Amino acid sequence: MEKPESGPDLFKKTREFLEIFRKGEEFTQDLLKENERLRYKIVQLDEEFKALKKGMNDEGHLNELQETLKQLKEEKQALLDRFKEVEAENKDFAEKYVEVEEENNNLANLYVASYQLHSTLDFNEVLRILQEIVINLVGADRFAILILDEVMNELTAVVAEGVEEKRFRKIKVGDGVIGDVAKTGESYFQPDVEGFKPSHELDPIVCIPLKIKDRIIGILAVFSLLEQKSKKLNRVDYELFSMLAGHAATAIFSSKLYSVSERKLSTIQGFIDLLSGKGK
Amino acid sequence: MAEYNFLVVEDSPTMRQLISFSLKRLRGARIVEAGNGVEALKKLSENKFNLIVADINMPLMDGLKLLSIVRKDPNHSQVPVIIVSTEGTEADKEKGMNLGANAYLPKPIQTNELLRTVKELLKIGD
Repeated sequence: MEKPESGPDLFKKTREFLEIFRKGEEFTQDLLKENERLRYKIVQLDEEFKALKKGMNDEGHLNELQETLKQLKEEKQALLDRFKEVEAENKDFAEKYVEVEEENNNLANLYVASYQLHSTLDFNEVLRILQEIVINLVGADRFAILILDEVMNELTAVVAEGVEEKRFRKIKVGDGVIGDVAKTGESYFQPDVEGFKPSHELDPIVCIPLKIKDRIIGILAVFSLLEQKSKKLNRVDYELFSMLAGHAATAIFSSKLYSVSERKLSTIQGFIDLLSGKGK
Repeated sequence: MAEYNFLVVEDSPTMRQLISFSLKRLRGARIVEAGNGVEALKKLSENKFNLIVADINMPLMDGLKLLSIVRKDPNHSQVPVIIVSTEGTEADKEKGMNLGANAYLPKPIQTNELLRTVKELLKIGD
């Protein structure tokens, strides 16, 4: 037979039961609060949803959004157009930069060529420099420089690179392309350098008169270009030729004049020395 | 500012001036000129160079001989060398490159091409 519980045991159990009951009550209270909070949240969301739905259905608001969208599209297009413009400007600047660079290079070539041509009064040195310019700056492989004898009305080769000098030792003014250039004073440029097939060994691709103002003193005739040089003449070549036409003529003429005057001076000095008795 | 010492070896005064004129467009460029390989070796014994531009056909000592000596000299073996020549065939180019040239430019020289090559070899930005 089970022994009836004593007083203190019963009291302890009752306290435990009351404690559990109290915790249960607290838990229930918490649940009720949470429930209340969630209900409030649902109502809030419901209201927000209704407002949003209303807004979406609101024609005025929709129009406003559409207007904004249109404006944004226009702005985008304007920006794209501006971008294209800037891009075109950049391209233009890049092209201009290349042009300026090319022009600088051309000017450097022209400066060096004219500086060298006028750096001496020695006729042979002038011819050597002219030869260097035609090979190194123009890229000519076979060419000749001829001087005009105004009395005989004929051209005499003083430089012949890659061609036999004796083959055109004398060319009458008016004979062939070279003679014709000497007669007219007009430069000759073969229009199709790449496809050019000379009918005669002395058919030039370029023939320029060396002249001081309108007075022709000689001819530069180019028969072929160096292998690596593109088979065409570019702008700088034409500019070099046009520069050479004037500067080479002046340099040749000055050096010839100088050598003549030197000779004369030497002769006169000889006479003076003879007359004054220094020559004895 | 960085300084670059260039040695231009060319017997033609016209070409020498043109090459020097082009190189002077680089900031900090100092140019020393020599008329042939022998003169160039003398200049090399007196100075340190960042780059050499040399012609092939020259009196006394040509550019290829100069190149082979430079490549064997421990003081200058690493100096970039640009060979310029009127001989523009592939075989000529190969010959120069096999001897240790860093670049080969056929004449007539285009200034911008020369500058581009120099900038590439010395890693100079625009």
